[in-house]
Amino acid sequence: MIEVQGLTKYYGRLAAIRDISFTVQTGSVVGFLGPNGAGKTTTMRILTCYSPPTSGTVKILGMDVASQSMSIRRNLGYLPENVPLYDWMRVHSYLQFVCRAKGVPSNRRSDEIARVSNAVGLIDVMGKLVKWLSKGYRQRLGLAQALIGDPPIIILDEPTIGLDPRQIREIRSLIKGLAKDKTVILSTHILPEVSQICDRVIIINKGSLVAEDTPANLLAAKGKSLRCSVTVRVNEKDLKNLVFEIPGVVSANPGVSGIEGVSMLTVESEPGFEVRSRIARAIVEKGWDLLELKSIDFSLEDVFIDLITEETGESVSGENSDQKEVA
Amino acid sequence: MSGFVAVFKKEIANYFVSPIAYSVIAMFLLISGFFFWANLSVMSLISLQAANDPMISQRINLTDVVIRPLTQNMSIVLLFLTPLLTMRLFSEEKKTGAIELLLTYPISDLSVVMGKYCAAILVLLAMLLGTLSYPIMLWRFGGIDTGVFLTGYLGLIMMGAAFVGLGIFVSLMTENQIIAAALSFGLALMFWIISWTSSFVGQTAGAVLKQLSILERLESFHKGVISLADVSFFILFSAFFIFLSLRSLESLRWRG
Repeated sequence: MIEVQGLTKYYGRLAAIRDISFTVQTGSVVGFLGPNGAGKTTTMRILTCYSPPTSGTVKILGMDVASQSMSIRRNLGYLPENVPLYDWMRVHSYLQFVCRAKGVPSNRRSDEIARVSNAVGLIDVMGKLVKWLSKGYRQRLGLAQALIGDPPIIILDEPTIGLDPRQIREIRSLIKGLAKDKTVILSTHILPEVSQICDRVIIINKGSLVAEDTPANLLAAKGKSLRCSVTVRVNEKDLKNLVFEIPGVVSANPGVSGIEGVSMLTVESEPGFEVRSRIARAIVEKGWDLLELKSIDFSLEDVFIDLITEETGESVSGENSDQKEVA
Repeated sequence: MSGFVAVFKKEIANYFVSPIAYSVIAMFLLISGFFFWANLSVMSLISLQAANDPMISQRINLTDVVIRPLTQNMSIVLLFLTPLLTMRLFSEEKKTGAIELLLTYPISDLSVVMGKYCAAILVLLAMLLGTLSYPIMLWRFGGIDTGVFLTGYLGLIMMGAAFVGLGIFVSLMTENQIIAAALSFGLALMFWIISWTSSFVGQTAGAVLKQLSILERLESFHKGVISLADVSFFILFSAFFIFLSLRSLESLRWRG
C-alpha cells in the first residue's frame, strides 16, 4: 500500500508538485497521467526514494521514504523513463549486477535471472551486449531489472514506449499479471493503455492532483454530457449557426467530410440536454440533406484533455473549436 | 555489503571491458619503464667512472640513483594518469541517467562511492604491480635498500588513492568526462605545487601551504621514512573528498 500526503517538491523557487495526496491499495494497477512537465516523474522519483520531498509524507508498505528509504528500496522495482542501462554490459551480466545490487542471495541468482528473463522474453538475447539491443529489448531489459527480487511495489515510467504492437500487448498482459499480488504504478501517455490495464487513474497537471478515480467513474462523470457527429450537405458556417441556436449545445468542432459541399461537425452538449433529435428536426426544417447523425462515446482521452484544460482554463477542444460562450 | 560488491565488480568490469584500464596501465608501464631504463643507464655510466675512482664507488648505490628517482618520476606520471581512471566514474552515469536507477537500488550512498573508489584503487595497484619487476630485478642482481623501495611505493599508493578520491568528487560535478579529467588534473596539480608559493605569501600562510602540498608530503616517503603526519594527510585527503562526494550525491538527490 502507498499513502501519499501533502507531497510538495520545490526546485529552487519552482514548485514541481504541490500538496499531492493519494492512496494506492495493494494489488492494484494505477495509471499516473499528466501532460509533460506535470510532475509525474518528480512524484515517481520521490516514491522510489531517489529524491526526497520538500514537504509531505510518503509511506510505502507502512514505511516512510524519508526515514526508511533502504527498507523501501528493497521492496521496490523501478523502470525510469529513458531506460538507462549499461551499454557495455551483456544482458546476463547486467541482470547479475542487478541481482547483486538488490541483495538477491547468490544461490538464487540463476533462478531469478531465468524467471525474469522468461517473464519479459529476454531469453534469446541473454549473451548480447546491451548496446546492440533493439528499443523493444532495451525496454524489456529495463522491465526485467525492475522485476528482479520480486518486489511487491513496481513503478514504471512509460513502460511500453517504443515497443511494437505485439510487444505492447505482451508487456501489458505482463503488467496485468503482476497486479495479482503487487502494487503497480505506471505513467503513460497512451490513454487506451490506462483503460485496459489500470484499476485506478491519478491525473496531475501543473504539479497538482486534478483527479483520482477508476477509469469507469471518470468516464461516467464525463459521460453525463453528450457528443454526436452530424454530416449535412450545406456549408459549414450555416450548419454551425444552426447548431448553436439549439439549447444545450456547448461546442461544435468541424471535421473532414471528404465530400465537396458537405460539412461535418462534432457537437457536444451540456449534461441533461439530448440535442440529437433537435438538430435533426432543425436540419430537416431548413430543407438540408441530413447525411449522417450519430452519437460518439467519450474516451479517457477526452476526460484527460478536459481535466487538464479545465485546470489551465484553455479551450477544451483546441484552436479549431467553437464554443457557444465565445461564439 | 552486497551493494558495495555489486558496484565494485561492475566498475572493475567496466575498466577491463573498455580499453580504459589497458591503455592507462600500458602508458604507465611504458613511461615508468623508460624512466627505469634511463636511470639504470645513468647508473651504468657512473659505475664506469667509479671504476677508476674508489671514492665515488663508495658513495653511489642503486637506491639513490635508480629507485628513488624512479618512484619520484612515477608519482608525476600518476598525477597525469589518475584523472583518466576517475573521469568516468560518475559523469558517465550522470550523462546516461543510470545514476537514477543505481540510487534507487538498496545500496547506501557510501557503498556506491566506496565501490567506485576501491575499483579505481585496484586498477591503480595493478599499474604499480606491473612496475615491481624493475626494483625486484635490481634487488636480485644489485641489491637495493628495501626500506626506501617499500616506502616509495607506499607513498605512490597513498598519493594515488588521494587523487582517486579527488577524481571521484570531480566526476560527480559534471556529466562531461573530458571536463572531469581536466578539473581533476588541474586540482591535483594545484595540490602538488601549492608549496611553491610558500616563500612569498607570509610565514603562516606559507606554513599552511607547505602542509597541504602533496610534493612535500611525498618527500619523506621517497627518503624511506614513514611519517604518521604524512600518512594521516593522505588518508584525510581521501576521506575529505569521499565525504564531499557523499554530500554531492545527496545534493544530486535533492536536485533530483
